[in-house]
Amino acid sequence: MNRATNPNFLDISDVTVAFGRSRVPVLNGIDLKVARGEYISVIGHSGCGKSTLLNVVAGLLEASGGGVVLDGKEISGPGPDRAVVFQNHSLLPWLTCYENVKLAVDQTLSKTMSRAERHEWTLENLALVRMTHAKDKRPGEISGGMKQRIGIARALSMKPKVLLLDEPFGALDALTRAHLQDQVMQIHADLGTTVMMITHDVDEAVLLSDRIVMLTNGPNARIGEILEVDLPRPRDRLALVADPRFIAARAAVLEFLHHRHTAPGLAAA
Amino acid sequence: MNAAIQPPVAAPPATVTTAGPNPMPALTLGARIRPYAERVLPPVLVVLALVLMWEVAASSPNATLPPPSKVWTDARDLITDPFFDRGGLDKGLFWHLLASLQRVAVGFTLSAVAGIALGLLVGTSKLAMRGLDPIFQVLRTVPPLAWLPLSLAAFREAQPSAIFVIFITSIWPIIINTAVGVRNVPQDYRNVAAVIRLRGPAYFARILLPAAAPYIFTGLRIGVGLSWLAIIAAEMLIGGVGIGFFIWDAWNSSNLSDIIVALVYVGLVGFALDRLMALVGHLVTRGTANT
Repeated sequence: MNRATNPNFLDISDVTVAFGRSRVPVLNGIDLKVARGEYISVIGHSGCGKSTLLNVVAGLLEASGGGVVLDGKEISGPGPDRAVVFQNHSLLPWLTCYENVKLAVDQTLSKTMSRAERHEWTLENLALVRMTHAKDKRPGEISGGMKQRIGIARALSMKPKVLLLDEPFGALDALTRAHLQDQVMQIHADLGTTVMMITHDVDEAVLLSDRIVMLTNGPNARIGEILEVDLPRPRDRLALVADPRFIAARAAVLEFLHHRHTAPGLAAA
Repeated sequence: MNAAIQPPVAAPPATVTTAGPNPMPALTLGARIRPYAERVLPPVLVVLALVLMWEVAASSPNATLPPPSKVWTDARDLITDPFFDRGGLDKGLFWHLLASLQRVAVGFTLSAVAGIALGLLVGTSKLAMRGLDPIFQVLRTVPPLAWLPLSLAAFREAQPSAIFVIFITSIWPIIINTAVGVRNVPQDYRNVAAVIRLRGPAYFARILLPAAAPYIFTGLRIGVGLSWLAIIAAEMLIGGVGIGFFIWDAWNSSNLSDIIVALVYVGLVGFALDRLMALVGHLVTRGTANT
């Protein structure tokens, strides 16, 4: 998008994460600059530490070295400016869909919005993910895809500076996943939100991202390569199937994942 | 043109409303009763079979227990009129049960409040858990009646002693389940709370308590069952009005039929208490507790 405005909107510099007394860090020296409004994906084999990287940016996990600066401010601890959509939706089962979103709105925007405005804003976000019809249902009564949409609505309702998606569609069936990907693309186009998404799905990464960050196998994972996805937006999944640029990008990621960095256990470091 | 088209447009709603009920014909009486009958009939048949076996087994001349027919003739007024009151201890079963339930209500309320409070403390503070948990683990194995002499010595009165026995019997499962519930708040919910910066009392009220509620109600359900067990036993020893003493009194006057009737009532009330607690749990946790 308008990357020229602030190419260092989210600045991850030299982030290293080591657990316990282990000598070998999970992540080693991750350097990544994300522009405002950019959609960036982090891909890699399972266990490579992609989720760890997201948790560091979210503030849920403290880095052993290096730091993260968002919009000129160094992050410390979790906060609503870095809203997370968790893989397993993490909705509170005792609250309705409306109440789940409203809790986040009340908690994060009570200083800037009146009670009535917060109610309106909650409904607006439910409408954004087209879940108004189920607003009074509890998470146990709706499907997995719907839960994930509520999770997205909750994250967006906090007006985050960056939206963190932790394999948000991983637990969904293929059709629901495609539907949700389209919705997320639409939301990204409409709101211009900066997005960082963790995924292990190559097609998903190519379809949605401006850039794809490929991690080498963990432990001691680094950024192996960053691929610019040079596809015009809005993107249409059907038209892209035959697009040579899509095929080339897809091939480049697959080549990285399956040739140069095969699944752990097959390759030695 | 318009005028010609309108009548047919207006007509369909009228036909739809009259045709509406027809596609869904009223179920026949048999079809409507069937689901209920399928659930009610088996237990009724089993009870009838058991009563019949009991009748046969207890009808021999050297049988030590009365058969159901004798129970009915002996204790007919007790079964049919639970509300009589001839003064002193000569009351209907309703009054005895009511006295016992009142003791349970007081003792169990105290243990619920103290148990949940202690459970929250032990669940949230590692120090409190290390200090208190070993004591809980030892004390919870002490049988209810073993507390009675000590509590009689301390309170010097029957009523508070009985209530204390209920309290001390039912508090352990409440403490332990509450603590487990608090410790098992899923990491997902903690992460959500962290991202929206829900802390302190708000975290406690919006996340911790609702997440632990299903566990707490499991504890309360076990607790209310234990209370009912304990009060019957305690009342046998302390006397006064109460279903436990009624049973003991009937034994002393060799009135076995009265004992059998009382046992049926005790069982039914215990069952009702358990279901009631499950229902309250279901309502309070908005369906996230198992019933």
